[in-house]
Amino acid sequence: MAGLHKSEFTNPVINWIDTRMPVFTMIQKEYGVFPTPKNFNYFWNFGALAMVNLMLMIATGIFLAMNYTAHTGMAFDSVERIMRDVNYGWLLRYGHANGASMFFIVVYVHIFRGLYYGSYKAPRELLWMIGVVIFLLMMATAFMGYVLPWGQMSYWGATVITNLFSAIPVVGESVVTWLWGGFSVDNPTLNRFFSLHYLLPFVIVGVVFLHIVALHITGSGNPLGIEVKGPQDTLPFHPYYTIKDSVGICVYFIVFAVLVFFAPNYLGHPDNYIPGNPLVTPNHIVPEWYFLPFYAILRSVPSKLGGVMMMFGSIALMFVLPWLDTSPVRSARFRPIYRILIWVLVLAMITLGVCGARPPEGIWVVLARLATAYYFLHFLVLLPLLGKLERPLPLPESISRPVLGGGPLPGGAMAKPMEKA
Amino acid sequence: MADSMSAAAHPAPDGVTKRDFLKLVAGATAAVGTGAIIWPLVDSMNPAADVLALSSTEVDISKIPEGSAITAVWRGKPVFVRHRTAAEIKSAEDVQLSALIDPQPDSARVKPGETQWLVVIGICTHLGCVPLGNKPTDPRGEWGGWFCPCHGSQYDTSGRVRHGPAPANLPVPPYAFENPTKIKIG
Repeated sequence: MAGLHKSEFTNPVINWIDTRMPVFTMIQKEYGVFPTPKNFNYFWNFGALAMVNLMLMIATGIFLAMNYTAHTGMAFDSVERIMRDVNYGWLLRYGHANGASMFFIVVYVHIFRGLYYGSYKAPRELLWMIGVVIFLLMMATAFMGYVLPWGQMSYWGATVITNLFSAIPVVGESVVTWLWGGFSVDNPTLNRFFSLHYLLPFVIVGVVFLHIVALHITGSGNPLGIEVKGPQDTLPFHPYYTIKDSVGICVYFIVFAVLVFFAPNYLGHPDNYIPGNPLVTPNHIVPEWYFLPFYAILRSVPSKLGGVMMMFGSIALMFVLPWLDTSPVRSARFRPIYRILIWVLVLAMITLGVCGARPPEGIWVVLARLATAYYFLHFLVLLPLLGKLERPLPLPESISRPVLGGGPLPGGAMAKPMEKA
Repeated sequence: MADSMSAAAHPAPDGVTKRDFLKLVAGATAAVGTGAIIWPLVDSMNPAADVLALSSTEVDISKIPEGSAITAVWRGKPVFVRHRTAAEIKSAEDVQLSALIDPQPDSARVKPGETQWLVVIGICTHLGCVPLGNKPTDPRGEWGGWFCPCHGSQYDTSGRVRHGPAPANLPVPPYAFENPTKIKIG
């Protein structure tokens, strides 16, 4: 349907643009008056924080790329030149490296929020799945970025991760050779990783846009996990949630600044300050902290193909999570058993993270196997059963009701299907 | 809505409320913070320490024959070091300043007592080409200095522009004699 937009903006310049291209109306609708549940807690800050973080990563990355040389003989030195000679180069690099860690912290909290409050349930399944795609893209981007400085951990990380694909039956070796562009991780590998590391963040921006489009169709979830019943349950996004997000952004920048200015190498590995050497593997090779749980799953399976499949499977599971969880109650607040199990899952992930950082021997293998077993048990067995066995607490009648003093009604609409079980 | 409520609750004589103050302070803080993030990004594009470290060049001038010039490289730019003949020095000194496009006496462009040495940045002030004329066999233009092949600008034996379109003389870089046969540019 063509035709000029009837703009309501009074500023003549904005009105002139808005009439021809109603972007201001769109911003006003999606970020100004957008009706948002009024009971958000601070867990709902983390989407906005991830957005800020993505912008920071792209900004610092573009300026780092101006000084980086993607060549095996020059990459390490060009990074050291960034640290020593380029104006504020140390800030750009430490900001970018710790920004990656901050990004995963923020996104892991964001994912936890989704798990705890059932954000993945109908009608938000697609929104959740798009989020899993963003997570996968982030992992690929972070991995390739870590290779670029071409230190020992870069080189051997690249070797180990690309070799995962050699587990594929029959074509595995050919796939790995194709990934490398040669017969070992070498200059062609570094060049393509740099190219893709620059490309993928913009792909992430695109998928984030889809994530937000889907979000603005279904509307946000909320800590009670019940649907918005009407205008009395919502607030305009601006100024209420722009301000609440700003509070979170301030805290986020404080944590970020502590990392960058006081412990810039705390989350890194000293070995990566040794130039990459294809002939010597470091004694103790581990991925960055944000990959450790998945690395522990990989190592806890005593079979090459099995380990790789379990590791990728642990993330692939997330795509079908909306159908694995059979309970129609979203928020863990009203699910007495799930509320315990979600913390067991968190404990299992932390255990996996700790085990992933330790040498694969003795007690660490046992713990990693137990945690891996729980991870899959949680999603594949407990969640499907829980929907049938668990008796949820009564849901409040509306978002406004508890706020305005009315007590929860016994057996809310959402809880009814449960009583059959 | 919140604005009008707060304004109604705490009316100030001049209509300014505490909320106006809070908005200004918060906005200013955010602006300063954004600027503090953007400045390192912008400044990273300025010359880095290793680039600045290359900002001086030593040139051996003992092997330049009279009437010729060599091209040294300083900060990535060509610098002409010319060993002028007595006739060239005289023609540079005798010019009426009123005849020049960019009036400057020859004495302001060479070191006292070393008038046979002319050091200029060899980049045409028109659009950045490198003029010809270092070798006696090169085209040097009507005034015996340099001739720019791009758009025909001509310079005299003091490196001053005598024929357009170039608007200004070839600039003299900062330099000093370390000893009679060696200069340091920069």
